[in-house]
Amino acid sequence: MPPMNIVQAVNNALREEMRRDDRVVLLGEDIGRNGGVFRCTEGLIDEFPDRVFDTPLAEGGIIGTAIGMALYGLRPVPEIQFLDFIYSAFDQIVSEAAKMRYRSGGQYSVPMVIRTPFGGGIKGGHYHSQSSEAYFCHTPGLKVVVPSTPYDTKGLLVSAIRDPDPVLFLEPKKIYRAFREEVPEGDYTVPLGDAAVRREGKDVSLFAWGYMTHVCLEAAKRAAEKGIECDVVDLRTLVPFDLDAVLDSVKKTGRAVVVYEAPKTGGFGAEISAQIAERAIEYLRAPILRVAGFDTPFPYTLEDVYMPNADRVFAAIQKAMTF
Amino acid sequence: MGDMLRVVREDGHADPATDPKLSKDEVLALYRFMLLERTLDGRMLSLQRQGRIGFYGPSVGQEAAIVGAAFAMEPRDWIFPQYREPGAALVRGMPLTELIAQFFGNEKDPIHGRQMPCHYVYRAGNYMSISSVVGSQIPLAVGAGWAARIRKDPIACLVYFGDGGTSTADFHVGMNFAGVFRAPVVFLCNNNQWAISLPLRKQTASETIAQKAVAYGFDGVRVDGMDALAVVAAVREAQRRARTGEGPTLVEAVTYRLGPHSSSDDPTRYRDEKEVEAWRRRDPIDILRNHLVARGVWDADADKALHQELDDAITEAVHAVEAAPPPPLDALFTDVYEEMPWHLREELEDIRRIRGGGG
Repeated sequence: MPPMNIVQAVNNALREEMRRDDRVVLLGEDIGRNGGVFRCTEGLIDEFPDRVFDTPLAEGGIIGTAIGMALYGLRPVPEIQFLDFIYSAFDQIVSEAAKMRYRSGGQYSVPMVIRTPFGGGIKGGHYHSQSSEAYFCHTPGLKVVVPSTPYDTKGLLVSAIRDPDPVLFLEPKKIYRAFREEVPEGDYTVPLGDAAVRREGKDVSLFAWGYMTHVCLEAAKRAAEKGIECDVVDLRTLVPFDLDAVLDSVKKTGRAVVVYEAPKTGGFGAEISAQIAERAIEYLRAPILRVAGFDTPFPYTLEDVYMPNADRVFAAIQKAMTF
Repeated sequence: MGDMLRVVREDGHADPATDPKLSKDEVLALYRFMLLERTLDGRMLSLQRQGRIGFYGPSVGQEAAIVGAAFAMEPRDWIFPQYREPGAALVRGMPLTELIAQFFGNEKDPIHGRQMPCHYVYRAGNYMSISSVVGSQIPLAVGAGWAARIRKDPIACLVYFGDGGTSTADFHVGMNFAGVFRAPVVFLCNNNQWAISLPLRKQTASETIAQKAVAYGFDGVRVDGMDALAVVAAVREAQRRARTGEGPTLVEAVTYRLGPHSSSDDPTRYRDEKEVEAWRRRDPIDILRNHLVARGVWDADADKALHQELDDAITEAVHAVEAAPPPPLDALFTDVYEEMPWHLREELEDIRRIRGGGG
């Protein structure tokens, strides 16, 4: 198997799961003949002409009907072309998918994976760039998963498709094709709820997900040149997140920097900060710091300023070290 | 009111041209479910007024449309209710005790007191769980029907909504997807003229609800929603079309909400009692009873006995469930996910400790 990028890993995971389980169906805008605007579903309609559906242009319809399919017993994997377009389906996700198991006393459930690209860095302005994971993390009944590597993309997507509950699967579009790595052909999974330590260090813990993991790795490399060793923890799943991995790291380093692309206020990194403060304050040698997007709409021309980068993360590392 | 399908004539006899030709047993069962729904509504509103249940949304005036539509479907078909269709759940075999326990929200409630009254579910009868959001069930029904088509299962989905529901985005996307994918769905609009305080003429500029179907590429039919046999006839035909691959149908049942929107509503604030009185003269229970009498299968004694029997059944069900304790504490945390994740386990343990063990 040649190395794969994230787009290819998505495609490979979908293809193998569709071969394994004939209940898996795909629906979304331009995902059939066109293979999706990012080509994640390329060629799947040829192998599965009766299970890949180009839908009318209505996110509420895509998610609403996917929920109905899941209720009926299928395993739909709807694609929302950009996370920024998901809001007309927000009610379906929050009011129907997320609450179905609970409100029906377990009589019905919605095993569905909503795949959607998210995040900035492609010059997409307000509506092709946002990282609104916090809205969904704030919704009991949903799981929220964010891969940062091709290997994890396949393993997490397979886990998500097999999961009995609705999963929002956020694909970091900036690094869709940024790099390749070995992705095994055939069955393997990366369990939901497990973080990955991407780099080990004793001085500062960096917490991130998606593309920001790579920003943290770059900042950690720069810090190492100054003699500061960073732990880089890639959360991979936001709900439920890996509390032990977060606490283990903080207890080791005593310093925490949480990095996320979304607006700073109320972002999911605020939850990570609060959990550390509640459970490990006695280990802290510096305040918990957040490096995040600004509390503005996502900008077009100045997106490089808006998005956290290695400079800003490195500045936070230095601040934590010199407190 | 334009062309409307009717079956029961003024004299109580069925119009042979439109009669769905129910057997004696069928028509008596239909009447029984409608009367049960009517009796249940009265009793539950009264329990609400006494403070014994928290809320209730009566369906008085709409029994023919609600029960008639469910009655016309086959048991393996799926029903996606709005929130005013207890008669449909009863047609699907939901035991009165389960239904009433949901209103009490106690330990006997199958959904563990998680939802306010009138949000029951009955999977054994393919009767979907209910959200309070108007219209959100419509795309779900389309998706389930579409899934059945993918699986080549010859079933149909019946989805209920009101005139207010036709204004929602979910109505539009549901109808549009159903048309494009030829989903086997019967869209049943219970046009009861009022969405809480908003009359139909302010809900839509469309002359009828049924005509909206034309734009989605399928048929819309208008039926007298006070005439249970007419509803059965229209929905049976729509179900047949759906099941045999001829696509969806929109059925507009023209009816009237004789009571309040809910136990929290006072309709005298926004509508004229004279209008209500005019509709009350076309009470769906009276219309079907007249038909039974005209058909020679019913009389006043039988009717009196049935009233008593249904009232007793409700009393018995209330007694069987009312005294149950609240749901256990665990039920607050289970079923959020199939497997309880660490944060919910921790929250459960915390509240258990604070409350001192037990439930």
